[in-house]
Amino acid sequence: MEASDPPGKELVLILEFEVERSIVNGLILNNIHKSFGEKQALAGVSFTIQHSEIFALLGPSGCGKSTLLSIIAGLVEPDKGEVFWKGTNLEGVPAYQRRFGLMFQDLALFPHLSVEKNIAFGLQMDGWKSPDVEKRVLEMLDLVNLSSERIRDVSTLSGGEKQRIALARTLAPMPELLMLDEPLGATDRTLRETLLLDLRRILEKLDQTVLYVTHDQEEAFAIADRVVILDAGKVMQTGTPRDVYQKPASTFVARFLGLNNLFKAEPLPEKAAMKTVLGEIPFRGGLDKPATVLLRPDAVQPGAGGPVTLDGELTACSFRGSICRSTIYIDGLTFTFDFPINTELPEPGSRMPISFDPDNALQVFYEK
Amino acid sequence: MDGDCSAVNKRRRPDSRFFSKKPELRTLLLWLAPLLFLLLFYFLPMGSILELSLSRGDTAALQDVIQTLFSDSIRDIVAFTFGQALLSTFLTLVIGLPGAYLFARFRFRGKSILRALMGIPFVLPTLVVAAAFNALLGPRGWVNLGLMQTFNLAAPPIAFNNTLAAILLAHIFYNTTIVLRTVGDYWSSLDPRLPQAARMLGANPVQAFSRITLPLLSPAIAAAALLVFLFDFTSFGVILLLGGPQYVTLEVEIYLQTVGYLNLPLAAALSLLQLACTLALTILYTRLSGKIQQPVERKSAEITQRVPRGKQRIFTALILIILVSLLLSPLAALAVRSVTRLDPERRQQSGFEKGITLDYYRALEENPRQSLFYVPPVQAVRNSLSYAVLTVLFTLALGLPASWALAYDHGSRLNRLLDPLLMLPIGTSAVTLGLGFIITLDQPPLDLRTSAILIPLAHTLVAFPFVVRSLTPSLRSIQPRLREAASMLGASPWKVFLRIDAPLIGRAVLVAAAFAFAISMGEFGATALIARPEFPTIPIVIYRFLAQPGGMNYGQAMALSTILMVTTGGGILAIEKLRFEEIGSF
Repeated sequence: MEASDPPGKELVLILEFEVERSIVNGLILNNIHKSFGEKQALAGVSFTIQHSEIFALLGPSGCGKSTLLSIIAGLVEPDKGEVFWKGTNLEGVPAYQRRFGLMFQDLALFPHLSVEKNIAFGLQMDGWKSPDVEKRVLEMLDLVNLSSERIRDVSTLSGGEKQRIALARTLAPMPELLMLDEPLGATDRTLRETLLLDLRRILEKLDQTVLYVTHDQEEAFAIADRVVILDAGKVMQTGTPRDVYQKPASTFVARFLGLNNLFKAEPLPEKAAMKTVLGEIPFRGGLDKPATVLLRPDAVQPGAGGPVTLDGELTACSFRGSICRSTIYIDGLTFTFDFPINTELPEPGSRMPISFDPDNALQVFYEK
Repeated sequence: MDGDCSAVNKRRRPDSRFFSKKPELRTLLLWLAPLLFLLLFYFLPMGSILELSLSRGDTAALQDVIQTLFSDSIRDIVAFTFGQALLSTFLTLVIGLPGAYLFARFRFRGKSILRALMGIPFVLPTLVVAAAFNALLGPRGWVNLGLMQTFNLAAPPIAFNNTLAAILLAHIFYNTTIVLRTVGDYWSSLDPRLPQAARMLGANPVQAFSRITLPLLSPAIAAAALLVFLFDFTSFGVILLLGGPQYVTLEVEIYLQTVGYLNLPLAAALSLLQLACTLALTILYTRLSGKIQQPVERKSAEITQRVPRGKQRIFTALILIILVSLLLSPLAALAVRSVTRLDPERRQQSGFEKGITLDYYRALEENPRQSLFYVPPVQAVRNSLSYAVLTVLFTLALGLPASWALAYDHGSRLNRLLDPLLMLPIGTSAVTLGLGFIITLDQPPLDLRTSAILIPLAHTLVAFPFVVRSLTPSLRSIQPRLREAASMLGASPWKVFLRIDAPLIGRAVLVAAAFAFAISMGEFGATALIARPEFPTIPIVIYRFLAQPGGMNYGQAMALSTILMVTTGGGILAIEKLRFEEIGSF
């Protein structure tokens, strides 16, 4: 609480939190702090994961994702803040008693145990009887389509097989919360796509609460119901993939999502427009103060005809399935636009006009 | 859902917080028993020995001690102690490293039995080693006898006893197995694809070795070299029996001052000097190993070992010939000597039968003079075995928590403080240790002087640092992620240890147990001082036989040495067998 807060605000916050705590049937993180020596890894992280939601934790490497995961898992204690699961504070509950599953980035398959025994490990820890263990192991192997590899030595498995066995091992004891740390981290692109589809199929089938950690926004968007974006130990934005992509909360989030068409803009007093390096652009309501403006890559048409038309030089065009990602050089700035694949484009190096509706295509970020 | 919440609450246990939250506290708890043991059976005896010897002398005597300590003769002794230890360690590595490579990377027939046989020199009492070398290279040894017979010489052509070469050879003989095991075991679990990757990146074989394999091996090599050096540094019996009067190390000087001149103040001062040297070495080693130790993925022997082909067969044969002739020929000479009669018995000047005989063995069960206090040597074998089993149990019970603390809380302040202290018993003269036990443990509440438990306790003290040293690198090399993964799958810290650490360090535990067993079977210095006459160990009885004149006594000493060789070899073979099966289950 800062000194300038009005009295009673703290009480309101506490009440609000208690209400949330009683409603949320999943995971609540409340103001988590963690430092390692001088370096602050997490600076007050709060978010909520609902029951049976697939929730992605997204951020560049070094943003504090792994630390946060370890704190939720119970492998690391936070300096400050609480983790609640189904309304219960997990402080002091060690990792092995939380009933959370964590699939590690480096998988951590036990080298001295067979595939079968790796999967059975969590079940044995949970005190399952051996016929049940056997049944569950077969079920899990079936789920990940590796029934034939039951007695293999884990060191002889391929990368993709290891990944699926690690998933099966994590899922076997029916964790209340499934955490996946960069599950597709080290795999090649083709394998990634297949595994991502597999993973989605498996997770949808299970109706499981999932925390999916990744640095890859496409992966997060493909799999998650909601995402949180973390940077430098702070929450940047939370929302559905669509919301986050359509309304990034800051220039950081925009850049992180690959929305790089950013430029500076100044207010023009008494005018519904802004002053930019691209010239004067009409904008409903004008600007209150200097800002950074995002020109959305998907809201721009090739050719003249929109409310605002600009002239630039097409420098490159790369084919991306249904779209063509075009790089266009306008007034000393490089922009990237996604045009439908059937668009007729001139040869790279030629000049071409583009046009957009500023009220739809522009998004304004005021500096804090 | 409320049911789930209460289930979470019920599973909360206050004690589990010690393990997840307070690493320093966990370290302390793990150290508790080992520390208590060291305090009672090491620091207390050492403290009282110093107190006794230093306070007894008046200031003039103390000045005298200090003056002697800085004299030329002591300086020469220190220089010789360091010099011979360095040279011995270097030669041991030169012989041992190719052997370690051979055992780590190749499969060949008779490997496990050879490996077991090569562990035998390490467990032999110095008296037996001296006897074995005598039986091979001494004036009446097989080699000299053979040469004399072949070339019709009047005198033995090879002068072996009382030379530096004898000392070095005996040290190599003793310690090569440390290099073979410590480095070999580590090497065998290193991924052979790493140097191969270096080769693919354009490194020649020498570069691949020096840039990839050697740095990866360095923790194991450093550990082995340190152990070998400490052994050579504190070497006692070899120097005394094979080096003769002109070669004196610190340890020998301590013994001479204690037993020979009863100059306890000087002996204590020399012990302090020796302790300071070993402590400095140990601190250096701890610093070094902290820097170079990193978790390495262990590979099973199936992946890392292959059958030698082409030139590799020549290499294999060459190394095996060197190792066998160096390590096994004295043993063979000893065994053959134990069943061969060369000299006449007393009062039997003529007409004795030369040749193969089992008389020496038969005599071990007899009580020739019907003496009341005579213990048949067979009983000594039983004593030694029980002491060794107890020592293995004690050292593992104390060594496992200590190495667990060292491996888990790497870099904790407590560990940095305690780690060097562990090595102190190795650097302490066995004679001093035994003396300390007698002085300290003869009054309540610890009146153990008449108790047979004193011997396994002393052996545990000697073996404990070895066990910790061989377990810790192995525990450390387990990827921490594996423990976290087990923990996430619901394994409590104890279960994590049982299901992850224990199977993964199974090999190392067996090696450690073998070492402890061997040390206990062969320990002589401390045992000589504390053993009760009615509970002798095998080395004590061998010493008694060797101290008495006559071919029969010499023969019985040879026979008993052979029995010691066979029992310890059998123990190590059993462990090899376990090892083999354990690897099979990977």
